[in-house]
Amino acid sequence: MRPPALSAGLGLKAEHYDAAASAQAEGLWFEVHPENYMVAGGPRLGWLEAVREQHPVSLHGVSLSLAGESEPDAAHLHRLAALADRIRPALISEHLAWSGWKGHYLPDLLPFTRSTEALHRIAANIGRTQDALGTAIAIENPSHYLRFDGHGWDEIDFLAELARRTGCTLLLDINNVHVSARNLGYSAEAWLDRFPQALVSEVHLAGHSHDPALGEALLIDSHDAPVAPEVWTLYHRFIARAGARPTLIERDGNVPAFRELMHERNVAEAALHESAGALEALS
Amino acid sequence: MSFQAAFAQALFDPDAATDPAVRQLIGQPAFAVYRNTVMKGCLDALEANFPAVARLVGSDWFRAAAALHAAASPPRDGRLLHYGEDFADFLQRFEPAADLPYLPDVARLDALWREVHAAPDAAPLDAARLSRLAPERLASLSLRPHPAARWAWFAEQPIYSIWSRNRGTGHEADEELAWHGEGALLTRPADAVAWHPIDRAGCAFLDACASGLPLGEAAEQALTLDADCDLATMLQTLLRAGAFINTDLLTESTS
Repeated sequence: MRPPALSAGLGLKAEHYDAAASAQAEGLWFEVHPENYMVAGGPRLGWLEAVREQHPVSLHGVSLSLAGESEPDAAHLHRLAALADRIRPALISEHLAWSGWKGHYLPDLLPFTRSTEALHRIAANIGRTQDALGTAIAIENPSHYLRFDGHGWDEIDFLAELARRTGCTLLLDINNVHVSARNLGYSAEAWLDRFPQALVSEVHLAGHSHDPALGEALLIDSHDAPVAPEVWTLYHRFIARAGARPTLIERDGNVPAFRELMHERNVAEAALHESAGALEALS
Repeated sequence: MSFQAAFAQALFDPDAATDPAVRQLIGQPAFAVYRNTVMKGCLDALEANFPAVARLVGSDWFRAAAALHAAASPPRDGRLLHYGEDFADFLQRFEPAADLPYLPDVARLDALWREVHAAPDAAPLDAARLSRLAPERLASLSLRPHPAARWAWFAEQPIYSIWSRNRGTGHEADEELAWHGEGALLTRPADAVAWHPIDRAGCAFLDACASGLPLGEAAEQALTLDADCDLATMLQTLLRAGAFINTDLLTESTS
């Protein structure tokens, strides 16, 4: 079966279920956190299925804890596989981070030292996940806030090596690139220009905020604002080089009306059409 | 202790951290971003999962109490919809809540609402089919509660009234509360959670059905608690609420 043609999509918010199901736009797709739909039954699955009947849907996990010191929870993997069977997602993704510890879930994407030991561990966890799902997943670059002394690996090399070893693809979050570069003091442009474009199966765009105490010195990946101009500039830079990629706008706080999010999504859609790669992909 | 164990503990109690690698990270102002994000994730989930409690005490009080609970009992897995399994018990022991003795049971009803919301789908028993059954066969029939039905009897306080006034539109909020025991029945007809008052006899009847007893014995249990109990009306109310699952047993009985 030919995969559906995804262009620009939106994170699906509960308050927008009806508007999302009835929205009509070429290439429109939606993304959800599978954790919110891991229920035995009830209206949530019905809402998601109603959207899925009209549009492709992607499952973007936040709690597999692939960089955790222990293996992903088998029961959680089982629930994810069951949801994927039911929803038949266009894409499944997770983060290069950890969030699980001793049977607890810490709701964040926590950092780790990029060592060869971590590489082996994470590659094995991605392998377990892909085996359970019967498909490749995409791994997202997280936002960084802390300086770690002991990194043995550059982040891009680390992601590329994970892809080489496991067959996973990469989800490039360009807001995270901007936030991390500003927080840790490197060039977002140079970082982005080195990113292995051929491995990118999806791009994320989102808004960020300034730390209430430290201001612009500390950017926070808060998903509570429109995509910033600097991030749009980086996005144009990336698709000019890489061509069109399925692109998703994430919004989790200060959620505006659906039509406002669609307007922002249409900006990405237009950019995808303008890029030479988009024309190629559509022909 | 592993790095991640030390990091996880430092998220809730940075002063206690001894791991040198983690201490180096705590020393950076940005460590607070992780502390804040983890705590916000826990508090947002608890506030969403216990809306009647939050409405009763206000968001500031709720989040201050919830922060203590989150530090002691972080979520068990990524399904934050289920977070707060122990929150009612926490409120029961929480000294500043001692003046609000109804709060833990209100939290229990909020938790039951979530169970009902996420319970398996199943067709409810059709009252019309039951009514075609010969009355003498009813007594030996066993009805199973619907997987999305929950009920609870609160002997001391009008928990149902307090809870329902803080879940819905709050229209009845002006009426004086009569301070006596109340029960709650939550079901999910037509895919939306609905709630009804239920008396002690009704709860006992459902308990008996859940344990597999036939209707005749369930009725006896109800009558033991309330000799004046109107069984026909009670059964009709339960059926209308969708409290029972459709059963093959019924098909066999009528054939």
